[in-house]
Amino acid sequence: MSETATLKIWRGQPKAQGRWETHAVPFERGQSVLDGLRWIRVNKDPSLAIRFSCINANACKECMMELDGKTVYACTARLEPREMQVAPLPNKKLVRDLVTEIAPPAERFAVKEK
Amino acid sequence: MSAEPVQVETDVLVIGSGAAGMYAAIEAAREGCRVFLIDRSLIGRGGATVMAQMTVAVALGAEAPDHWSHHYRDTLTAGRGLCNEPLSRLLCEEGPACIREMDSWGVGWARKDGKITSTFAPGHDRPRCVYVDFLNTGPAVSKTLRSAVHKVPGISRAGDLCVVDLLKVDGEVAGAVAWHVGTGAPVVISAKATIVATGGLTRLYRRNSASANMGGDGYALCLRAGAPLIDMEFVQFFPIGHLAPRLIGMDPIMWDPFRYKLGGRLLNKDMAEFTDRYGVPEDGKYVITRDVGTYAILKEVEAGRGSPHGGAYLSFQHVPQTKLREAFGPVIDRLAANGIDLTKMPVEVAPIAHYHMGGVTADVAMRTEIPGLLVAGEAVGGANGANRLSGNAITEALVFGREAGRTAAARAKAMKSTPARPDAARATVDLIRSDPPKDMPNTAAMLTRLQATMSDDVGPLRSQYKLKRALDTIDELGRALGDRPFGDAGSFDMQRLDWFDLRNMLTAARAVTQAASLRTESRGAHQREDFPEMLPQWRVNQAIRLRGQGLDIAQMPASAMEAAAQ
Ligand SMILES: Cc1cc2nc3c(=O)[nH]c(=O)nc-3n(C[C@H](O)[C@H](O)[C@H](O)COP(=O)(O)OP(=O)(O)OC[C@H]3O[C@@H](n4cnc5c(N)ncnc54)[C@H](O)[C@@H]3O)c2cc1C
Ligand code: FES
Repeated sequence: MSETATLKIWRGQPKAQGRWETHAVPFERGQSVLDGLRWIRVNKDPSLAIRFSCINANACKECMMELDGKTVYACTARLEPREMQVAPLPNKKLVRDLVTEIAPPAERFAVKEK
Repeated sequence: MSAEPVQVETDVLVIGSGAAGMYAAIEAAREGCRVFLIDRSLIGRGGATVMAQMTVAVALGAEAPDHWSHHYRDTLTAGRGLCNEPLSRLLCEEGPACIREMDSWGVGWARKDGKITSTFAPGHDRPRCVYVDFLNTGPAVSKTLRSAVHKVPGISRAGDLCVVDLLKVDGEVAGAVAWHVGTGAPVVISAKATIVATGGLTRLYRRNSASANMGGDGYALCLRAGAPLIDMEFVQFFPIGHLAPRLIGMDPIMWDPFRYKLGGRLLNKDMAEFTDRYGVPEDGKYVITRDVGTYAILKEVEAGRGSPHGGAYLSFQHVPQTKLREAFGPVIDRLAANGIDLTKMPVEVAPIAHYHMGGVTADVAMRTEIPGLLVAGEAVGGANGANRLSGNAITEALVFGREAGRTAAARAKAMKSTPARPDAARATVDLIRSDPPKDMPNTAAMLTRLQATMSDDVGPLRSQYKLKRALDTIDELGRALGDRPFGDAGSFDMQRLDWFDLRNMLTAARAVTQAASLRTESRGAHQREDFPEMLPQWRVNQAIRLRGQGLDIAQMPASAMEAAAQ
């Protein structure tokens, strides 16, 4: 188990002030990109923001992000022993790090709500 | 930090948008109430409902004769003498009406010759389980309810609202204080009636079928509001959760439908069948109940006859390729993408945490002891006793949800205004926006540690020594967590989310562990290696209340419960 996957991850809140951060993740065959991101939270930096619920079932459809420029579900995209670039969805409002606003407008909580 | 919290006012607040929460919202709105349906995740996506893959138990009698009383009898038998009988009865008796209503909303229950068709599942005396399509039941149930929610006027909905505490005013629950995960803002929701439909707690365990939102929030919320919990020691383990090889894009409980349709063989490391050693020979048929299956696999592993990763083999090698394809076409391709060819190899399976029988004590109207506070779905304890039958959980969510919605509406309509006391929310609002402490251990690692402890020491096979060790770890984690949330209180602050999660998870974990430690017998999902027999004097339910920082546990004969709930 000496192979590693290198995840180059976009971090930040307002898009303009973001930065790329690189983490080496131990690679095991069959893992998902989400597994890699969760490994980083447990072992390196718990502040990395990711949106996901079902982890493995591919049922919640919340873990959408951009991997090497393509939209994927992080829980079904496979981790590979190479550099992989992970970014938030480009066409959605950024919330933080890899999290974007993906809820239908009627289901977003507007802070103006009375 | 944001100065004043956002205020929202509604008739009925529903916390959690699984099957229970959505049905409750629909029912309360149909009764003419304004409903606010919220979820810590996105609406209809965050819980167990959307993940359910198989079947829903209900005595429809559409294809062949059945009656709710038969379903009821099977439920009580599976519950090993501990069911809250009025709740079990409600589930079985009202199940058919909810299932038919779901049908009228277009859920698409599988049909044969125009009639809703039922399949057999372990523990039921006849085919009683309806389904949409194997592996698609939960998504269909969730989608149908979501559309129904959209159609009923009066329901507003919002995701990313994580409830931190219920709001108490003069001894009654009057809404909740939530944390808007998206912005970090505190939100105070005042309501005439509040329904907790937050699902179960299986995220407490390392290997589970749970989503990230199933850390037992509702149990902790209700305890802190003064409502008692019941049967917390009974965590259902699903015996044949996927173990190896690594498989992505499929929930680990996916082998259940395979077994329904194709039987399959459960084997030990010598490729020999073994469940007969534990009292249930299989003969290629899927008849073993969850508690017995879990016990058999773990004992086989303990005896040194487990599969390489510490479970059992599940083999479909005797099933021809054509039959596999006919039953599970696209799924076979997904397995192939994971390098799994069922005609050539067995997979490895082992028990995983799957469902919680325990929960908040409620009567048949879904009222808790605290006025204004109702519960629904998996958050409710008692309907399934010491062990749940397959398929009963979705039915429970639908029936209890509808009931809770109805009761909440009646209460809200009888009240002139929402009870309000500006200072009631103060402590929780301050907690939500407080500055972090200087010393912040890694919350994600703390969560992993709690899950490891619960799996190793409070899993299906328990003993005093291990339970004591678990309580020590829970105490230690509690001290490390402290009383001020970590993180920066900004938008989507995962450290702060973990902190609030741990606050609830440690309470839920303590409730499970303490109740398990007191129950010195083995029954259903609770198996004690140091007390292997089921004892008649233990036909009692254990009720848990919060006292100060600790938990208070009282024991009462199971029959007393029945009377209380009438
Ligand atoms: C993988 C899997 C497969 C299953 N298969 C079946 C099956 O085939 N048949 C069957 O009968 N049962 C099955 N079950 C069990 C069944 O799905 C659940 O018991 C049932 O769906 C629970 O419904 P619910 O509405 O009570 O809770 P859930 O559907 O879990 O919904 C709870 C909601 O509450 C939200 N929430 C939690 N805490 C908070 C908070 N603090 N603030 C705001 N929101 C919160 C969550 O995000 C979630 O959306 C399965 C369970 C799993 C995990
Ligand atoms: S985590 Fe649910 S679909 Fe990816």
